[in-house]
Amino acid sequence: MTIQLIVFLPLLAAIVAGFGNRMIGNVPAKFVTTAALFASCALSWPVFFDYIMLSRAAEVVPVLTWVQSGDLNFAWALRVDALTAVMLVVVTTVSALVHLYSWGYMDEDPDQPRFFAYLSLFTFAMLMLVTANNLVQMFFGWEGVGLASYLLIGFWFKKPSASAAAIKAFVVNRVGDLGFMLGIFGTYLVFGTVSIPEILEAAPAMAGSTITFAGMRLDTMTILCLLLFIGAMGKSAQLGLHTWLPDAMEGPTPVSALIHAATMVTAGVFMVCRLSPMFETSEVALAVVTVVGASTAIFAATVGLVQTDIKRVIAYSTCSQLGYMFFAAGVGAYSAAMFHLFTHAFFKALLFLGAGSVIHAMHHEQDMRYYGGLRKEIPFTFWAMMAGTLAITGVGIVGLGGFAGFYSKDAIIEAAFASGTSTGQFAFAIGVLAALLTSFYSWRLMFLTFWGTPRWIQSEHIQHSVHKTPETAEDSTGGYHPHESPFSMLIPLGVLGFGAVAAGYLFHNQFIDATEGFRFWAGSLAFDRHLMHEIHEVPLWVKLASTVAMLTGLMIAYLMYFRGKDRPARLAQTFHPLYTFFFNKWYFDELYNLIFVRPAFWFGRLFWKAGDEGTIDRFGPNGVAAVVASGAGVAKRFQSGYLYSYALVMLLGLAAAVTWLIVRGAN
Amino acid sequence: MNQLDFPILSLMMGLPMLAAIICLFVGAHAARLLALGTTLVLFALGVVLWANYEIGGPQWQYVERVELFGNFAWALGIDGISMMLIMLTVFLMPICIGASWESIQKRVGEYMAAFLFMEVLMIGVFAAQDIFLFYILFEAGLIPMYLIIGIWGGANRIYASYKFFLYTLLGSVVMLIAMLWMVQDAGTSDIPTLLNYDFAPEAQTWLWLAFFASFAVKMPMWPVHTWLPDAHVQAPTAGSVILAGVLLKMGGYGFLRFSLPMFPEASEQFIWLIFGLSMVAVVYTSLVALVQQDMKKLIAYSSVAHMAIVTLGLFAFNRQGIEGAIIVMLSHGLVSGALFLCVGVIYDRLHTREIDRYGGLSINMPKYALLFMLFTMASIGLPGTSGFVGEFLSLVGLYKVNSWVTLVATTGIILGAGYMLYLYRRVAFGELVHEDVKAMPDLSAREMALLAPIAAAVMWMGVYPESFMAPIRDDVGTLVARIDRAAPEGDAHLKMGQAKAVPTTLETEAGHGESH
Repeated sequence: MTIQLIVFLPLLAAIVAGFGNRMIGNVPAKFVTTAALFASCALSWPVFFDYIMLSRAAEVVPVLTWVQSGDLNFAWALRVDALTAVMLVVVTTVSALVHLYSWGYMDEDPDQPRFFAYLSLFTFAMLMLVTANNLVQMFFGWEGVGLASYLLIGFWFKKPSASAAAIKAFVVNRVGDLGFMLGIFGTYLVFGTVSIPEILEAAPAMAGSTITFAGMRLDTMTILCLLLFIGAMGKSAQLGLHTWLPDAMEGPTPVSALIHAATMVTAGVFMVCRLSPMFETSEVALAVVTVVGASTAIFAATVGLVQTDIKRVIAYSTCSQLGYMFFAAGVGAYSAAMFHLFTHAFFKALLFLGAGSVIHAMHHEQDMRYYGGLRKEIPFTFWAMMAGTLAITGVGIVGLGGFAGFYSKDAIIEAAFASGTSTGQFAFAIGVLAALLTSFYSWRLMFLTFWGTPRWIQSEHIQHSVHKTPETAEDSTGGYHPHESPFSMLIPLGVLGFGAVAAGYLFHNQFIDATEGFRFWAGSLAFDRHLMHEIHEVPLWVKLASTVAMLTGLMIAYLMYFRGKDRPARLAQTFHPLYTFFFNKWYFDELYNLIFVRPAFWFGRLFWKAGDEGTIDRFGPNGVAAVVASGAGVAKRFQSGYLYSYALVMLLGLAAAVTWLIVRGAN
Repeated sequence: MNQLDFPILSLMMGLPMLAAIICLFVGAHAARLLALGTTLVLFALGVVLWANYEIGGPQWQYVERVELFGNFAWALGIDGISMMLIMLTVFLMPICIGASWESIQKRVGEYMAAFLFMEVLMIGVFAAQDIFLFYILFEAGLIPMYLIIGIWGGANRIYASYKFFLYTLLGSVVMLIAMLWMVQDAGTSDIPTLLNYDFAPEAQTWLWLAFFASFAVKMPMWPVHTWLPDAHVQAPTAGSVILAGVLLKMGGYGFLRFSLPMFPEASEQFIWLIFGLSMVAVVYTSLVALVQQDMKKLIAYSSVAHMAIVTLGLFAFNRQGIEGAIIVMLSHGLVSGALFLCVGVIYDRLHTREIDRYGGLSINMPKYALLFMLFTMASIGLPGTSGFVGEFLSLVGLYKVNSWVTLVATTGIILGAGYMLYLYRRVAFGELVHEDVKAMPDLSAREMALLAPIAAAVMWMGVYPESFMAPIRDDVGTLVARIDRAAPEGDAHLKMGQAKAVPTTLETEAGHGESH
């Protein structure tokens, strides 16, 4: 019963708040959804601890028949095992906290029931995704979170940029879904089932078999895994299909924290881990996962270096961290990928909610260039952000302990090295370099926001608030007083801050220790005990590499943004082409616009005007009409409404002819 | 005679016929009430039909047969597939009448009569067990639709009705000739008998092409689809609903009832034609839909793309493909019907279908925005709605036959999301800029009563499609068994690898680890 409550309470709340909407009013809608989520969360933690303490086996609770078509059967069912339990606590905890946070953040919004209904609906879909026992239900959750993401990105639908970003998110995800769907089709063709446990059991026997896909002769498991992985790339914003994630920041900040940092975007990683025994059967697929993950990690980090919008920096950071998770999976360290997913959920949600608190304090200004000196104005937010930054940059001392990211990110980097494959080495090098960049952009964010002198008056939002311009203001603050956020927003920051500090220390044994981890995961993902043991045996320089990278990044950020104020500008001048390239996000949007979006519209018009109207109609019905009209000279009558009576006569004549034929045929 | 001891199918045809005649002679309001009452009674009869249908019983149920002249008989009877399509018809019909309640003020009696007559014909088409009876009803379906567009349609209705007529007439003549030949050859016009009659393979080719000419137009398949956008644009709202909801299903029903089981070898022989045209349709019409300025045209083009999924599923020759195709037919009937109603709702307020004239409707019409979003998502095929189940099964079935075609057809999920969300954005999102749009009221109780039942049905079919799949299961099984001998071989050619001594997962990992 527990699992049903965990999953369906949010749905129920979404229905009440969504349909009740203006009828029941703001407070009841907020109360129902938030209470449902806290209940879900309270029920999830015991489940998680059950799996930690008792290492239980998987459990499947059937709910309802869905589709039965010949030998293709899939039902609505809720599967719980260690992997699901991890996701349950991540999803419900972050979601509950984000619901609470939104009481404060969305306080002035006129449309609150709708917002909370969407949030709860999202949570339901995400829970359906992580409890799926077959690929199609996973796809249901997959698309459900996509819908909720679309609705929430476009929540402020009056803004053209928000509705454009919403469409972009949905359509780009659909490109990934094309791969996911074909992957499901292929899996069913090969295994005769879409049930995940059955597929995973049968997968090893299929290793080495070949199949034809779209005219190509390919290794069966490789093509299946790669098709499914395309789906994961879309949802988790990996290089090539990442373009929607930065734009998704158009949504309210709590949404960014919940959906575009902690939960939905990690669905791809979850999928690869859930299907890890399948991926294990194809080295090529794993190599692709590793390379794509590593490339994303470095690509997104380079773009994050130069963004000025606080949310976009964190968005690219998310993209980059997801890359880490993927290459961890690619080198076979699925448990490390899940561990990073777990810790990342806390510290990245924290960073986003912290950024939200800053934005709240700064009258909706998101540009870091207009921040500065906020440390003393909003101290609680500052310390929360500090915890998040220490966690993401992986601060800690080898052999002693550290913040959450220290455990999970270092495990990934070490696993990449220990895997011994060439792609693993590549990922290791990239991972260390990206750690340097991560540290740089994270500290850059901190220095620009919380240290230095206030640059507030240059912000248009602040100007509106204080009714002054830089010229008329007496100093660079413009007399503006940022206020610390209300308790409903600070409590979530505190809880997540605790997670960012302690989640790594508390759970690293269960997640990644060779013995403990094997016991905990209990077969819910492919756990390579050997590899997880090896990561302790890597040379000391490997263990220190990421710490050194982190310190270097911090140092550069310190020198550039703390000491010399004109250094960033000078550097941007010196490396102007590279700076522009990064600043414009490697021109992916422009490229896609050029090769996909504009041709689609161009071909649409071509097919319509030159195809349908210019060819088919011209030589088809219009041609016939023209012939008839010119021959009989009755064009006028065609125009004046007689035609249908003619046609009716023709049809009745036809019916008479049929009758005659039948009668004659009979005699 | 049947499980009800009662000629319920004849009643379901006679009742609306009678009501149609009465409508011609009474006043406007009486005609409206009579039409609504009749269609509601028919819906109730439909429910009786469904409730008493024996799943796993005989293939043909509710059979009635009265010999008329020659070998022509009043023969009715339904299997599960026919029943679901009849249900679709009787479900949509009261909604059509309701949709015309206020918007039709001219010649109301005739209008209602045309709709009731249409209902007679549509039920008849799905229930006919005599091939000539089928033909007459099938072709006669043109007349009321033609009148509805021609009399109550928009400004350019004459051109549209002419085009509609010309296209559909084209195919029907050759189909009639083919039917006459078939009856001559088999010695019977009884459809159940013909379903098990094996025509010579050479003859099948020509017969298949003759039927194809008719069904492809009705479907409609690319490139004989251009009548559809015009017909939809000019038709009144209810006309569009019934056109998209039921008339478009006649082509698919024809393939299902005639082309596949009667000419299995020819069907296999022409798979390339069906696949080729359908693939073009998915991509081509989706792209055309993307650039439309007229809402109805956009939805009409999307219908062509959806119907292509039906033909692909049907010609996959396997259970998933065919069951999926039938569910797509039912789902599309509901969803596109609902989308046309959604267009009708705002057309009634502003009298334009131009997309750019709207915008920001989420602000002043939240209920409308919610329902429109639901139907948009169903059209896109979001899991949990009816659109997904059908699309998924059709494509899964198709994949067993040809992965290339599936790859192309599945791009429809990207393009579909593109044009539908683009439409939704322009209609419902953004600021309210036009004063007249700002003044538009939200859904009235009447409009809510039209859309809410469809929304419920769409969700039902998406979450628990078993209700709809159970009645058709045996009939699809019969069909698959019939065409199995001609079923094409799949292109996958799965070949097992070198005997690797089937290692278990753990052993692979251990080996994997030790190698370095």
